[in-house]
Amino acid sequence: MSSFFFWVFALMMLIFGAAVVINRNPVASALSLVVSFLGLAGLFLSLDAYFIGIIQILVYAGAIMVLFLFIIMLLDLRAEKLRKINWIATAGGIAVALALLFQILSVIGRFPAAKQTFPPLPKPASDDVHQIGLLLFNAYNLPFQVVGVVILVATIGVIVLSRRETR
Amino acid sequence: MLFTIGFAGVMLRRNIIIILMALELMLNAANLSLVAFSRFQVNPSGVPGYNAQVFVFFIITVAAAEVAVGLAIVVALFRLRQTTHVEDITALKF
Repeated sequence: MSSFFFWVFALMMLIFGAAVVINRNPVASALSLVVSFLGLAGLFLSLDAYFIGIIQILVYAGAIMVLFLFIIMLLDLRAEKLRKINWIATAGGIAVALALLFQILSVIGRFPAAKQTFPPLPKPASDDVHQIGLLLFNAYNLPFQVVGVVILVATIGVIVLSRRETR
Repeated sequence: MLFTIGFAGVMLRRNIIIILMALELMLNAANLSLVAFSRFQVNPSGVPGYNAQVFVFFIITVAAAEVAVGLAIVVALFRLRQTTHVEDITALKF
């Protein structure tokens, strides 16, 4: 049963991930990215990472995709005209991607733990939000503060970038 | 596999917004493998190792900041050049 859900979510993620790249229309591409992230969130939930799964849906499918769609609407992008395709660059890109896929698969094939299935977890004493929060504020307090500064810098940078020159 | 699709997206597509989406795909592929590793590493007390999940949390945060900055750059570029195709933006090419 769990294996069935794994295949459903994994296929959903992969098919719509390919649709992101293949679609000519940016809006359709962004919407297939949403579906792909929903499948990924399902995989996170089936890996007992409930906090990460919920964060995935909230941040990616909510915030980031709204940002993408807003920019696409703002720039008024249409589906791309079929321009002259650079066949050498396309073939080169596909070849490099296939080489990377082959390499990743061979590494996974040598990894013995990849074949075993997960034993079911015993019922944990406290939920994982509690555990992650403890870890985040005890062991990873400095990186947490640094991430806050990163977000502040990104906010100021976006404002500076999108300000119109009024001179 | 998802990483490969994202990589192919970066290599093949010539639209900056699609390239940003493909970058998101690659980041999420890395997140998926991190969560799977955290599920592998089960402590004696029976809970999975949460270090990797904290790491995934940081990756998601930085990815959100990166997308915001990237899209702001795209908007500024579009105001300047009225295009989002990378082949039309060759100002640094000599």
